[in-house]
Amino acid sequence: MSSFSGLARATDPIDQNKATAMENVKIAAEKVQVFYGETHAIKDVSIDIRARTVTAFIGPSGCGKSTFLRCLNRMNDTIDICRVEGRIAIDNEDIYDPKVDPVQLRAKVGMVFQKPNPFPKSIYDNIAYGPRIHGLVRRKSELDDIVASSLQKAGLWEEVKDRLDSPGTGLSGGQQQRLCIARAIAVSPEVILMDEPCSALDPIATAKVEELIDELRENYTIVIVTHSMQQAARVSQRTAFFHLGNLVEVGDTQDIFTNPVDKRTQDYITGRFG
Amino acid sequence: MTDTSLAPASSTPGSRSRSLLELDPHTKKRNAAEARFRVYGIVAIGIGLFFLVALLYSILSNGLTAFYQTSVTLEVPLVQTEIDAAEKSVVKTSKYRDMIAAVLVQKMEQAGVATSMKSKELLQILSAGAPGTLRDHVLSHPEQIGTTATFDFLASSRVDGYLKGRVTRAALAEDKNLSAAHLDIIDQLVEKGIVEKGFNWNFIFGSDASDSRPEQAGIGVSMIGSLFMMLVVLVLSLPIGVAASIYLEEFAPKNRWTDLIEVNISNLAAVPSIVFGILGLSAFIQFAHLPQSAPLVGGLVLTLMTLPTIIISTRASLKSVPPSIRDAALGIGASKMQSVFHHVLPLAMPGILTGTIIGLAQALGETAPLLLIGMVGFIASEFPDGVFDGFLAPNSAMPAQIYEWAKRADPAFYERAWGGIIILLVFLMIMNIVAIILRRRFERRW
Repeated sequence: MSSFSGLARATDPIDQNKATAMENVKIAAEKVQVFYGETHAIKDVSIDIRARTVTAFIGPSGCGKSTFLRCLNRMNDTIDICRVEGRIAIDNEDIYDPKVDPVQLRAKVGMVFQKPNPFPKSIYDNIAYGPRIHGLVRRKSELDDIVASSLQKAGLWEEVKDRLDSPGTGLSGGQQQRLCIARAIAVSPEVILMDEPCSALDPIATAKVEELIDELRENYTIVIVTHSMQQAARVSQRTAFFHLGNLVEVGDTQDIFTNPVDKRTQDYITGRFG
Repeated sequence: MTDTSLAPASSTPGSRSRSLLELDPHTKKRNAAEARFRVYGIVAIGIGLFFLVALLYSILSNGLTAFYQTSVTLEVPLVQTEIDAAEKSVVKTSKYRDMIAAVLVQKMEQAGVATSMKSKELLQILSAGAPGTLRDHVLSHPEQIGTTATFDFLASSRVDGYLKGRVTRAALAEDKNLSAAHLDIIDQLVEKGIVEKGFNWNFIFGSDASDSRPEQAGIGVSMIGSLFMMLVVLVLSLPIGVAASIYLEEFAPKNRWTDLIEVNISNLAAVPSIVFGILGLSAFIQFAHLPQSAPLVGGLVLTLMTLPTIIISTRASLKSVPPSIRDAALGIGASKMQSVFHHVLPLAMPGILTGTIIGLAQALGETAPLLLIGMVGFIASEFPDGVFDGFLAPNSAMPAQIYEWAKRADPAFYERAWGGIIILLVFLMIMNIVAIILRRRFERRW
């Protein structure tokens, strides 16, 4: 938590823009390489992801954006043949350091998946599971508070407050995805990774989730992988464009979309490929 | 030249639009093939059903009679002096036999059934075990001495067979044990209500009997043997099988060693059960010196046999849990073990339970391995004393008992073999129903 308050102080002063940007870095990746067996999936990616900002990863299918996202909370560890090289630091701590337990890391870096995947349990238990296994609460009332506040932050409270005991799998797709976001929030992460969170949702549900992402930006660092350039433009402040395992370009979303430097970025956002 | 002649022909199929109301030859062919396939399917199911019905009919028609047994009701006065005299003689039951004979003769006179037969010959309508029954009763109820007790003595297997239609007068011509004259008496006794058919509780709760008295044989003791074996199998194979599957499926690295283990487990499932029997003989009895014919050893052998079945079905049900659930748990910081035990295992539970019960049902009906560890040769005649004895005292199991009966010459045993099969099938059906109920229950709790 000390690093968290440190960041809060660093963002307050407005005089030195550059210094702020430097200290504002939440995740720093340097020369990251990812191999799936023989396949070189991510090549030499270096990127700084700013705190309390929505960063969008865009790019054509198979470009490695999801793979890179899963490196940020070491979800790739679960794949036997996957190998990660380079350095990824969160708050200046190397997350691939042998001393780091991925389980502890994932409590700090939450994740929301492409397909809503609520546990086949009640809505309440879906949210309460994380705080329970991390021992965040001592009393039932504290747990109730966490469940309520997480659902409120995820904008789902009004819709489900009367049926917390009904199964999470019985909600609509959009509600399920917001439930998954609430579940991620419940363990008080600092970073939330979202892997195409709206690809299985209809436009109305998508709009709600996007609105939610915008609200969450106040308190969390958010990295979102998306297929939709409109979505990246709507929700993100920073955008990174991946192509064939390379990070082609990264910058303020507005710049990337209006004034891309690289030819490939330009081709992609004008719809010439991808 | 050829090009120009082909051009109009090749352009026609595309340009001409066919009516949807008439089938083109290709569609007709496809529809015919589908119709043929459906007929094959119905025929296949019909054949299966026919054999099922034939099987059930033959089992029920041959076996149901085992559940009824003919008995002769006699009131025997228990006189102190007679009993003392009987207990002093060398062959104790012979005096008891005389007591029964006297009562039978008296009873027949009262009922007006006349016969010229001597009492010894007359007694052939009763089971050879009748004097023993009387003596056991006297010894266990000494307070009844001096009164008159009513007994339902078992009729001999041939009398029983006659009343069940198995034994005919013609067949008795060559039989030394019973004559047509006996049957005349039986007919009259049935009319008077002295000889009756009743439900055969002794068949369900009794023990096996010697070759000469099939009417006394029951399956109860071997049922207990099967029960103790199944306890051993359940207690050992469920935890070992589930632990092994979880490790292999969720934790073990995928390399050459685990591939080898996987192939071997699949192969073990296909190993003939008699091979497990000989393994059990050499490992458990000859090497570890566990007692022969003990349900504990039978259970251990059947555990070996059941483990592959449980492991394969458990792994299949673990595999069928969507990976998104594992991701979800890992994504909020659950450890590997937490994700498996909190989320994956509960979802796989219905499949695991079904596999376990199917494995147990297989083990329950298994005979071959029991041959080799001596559970067929020795058939216990008494119930075990307590739990410890239940595991270690020599006993048999239901399928071994059925096998034993089917081997014997007397058709009365044959009838009991069929009856035993009915009981075995009832147990299997109960287990399958339990499997279905458990699956439903766990599925509803998602």
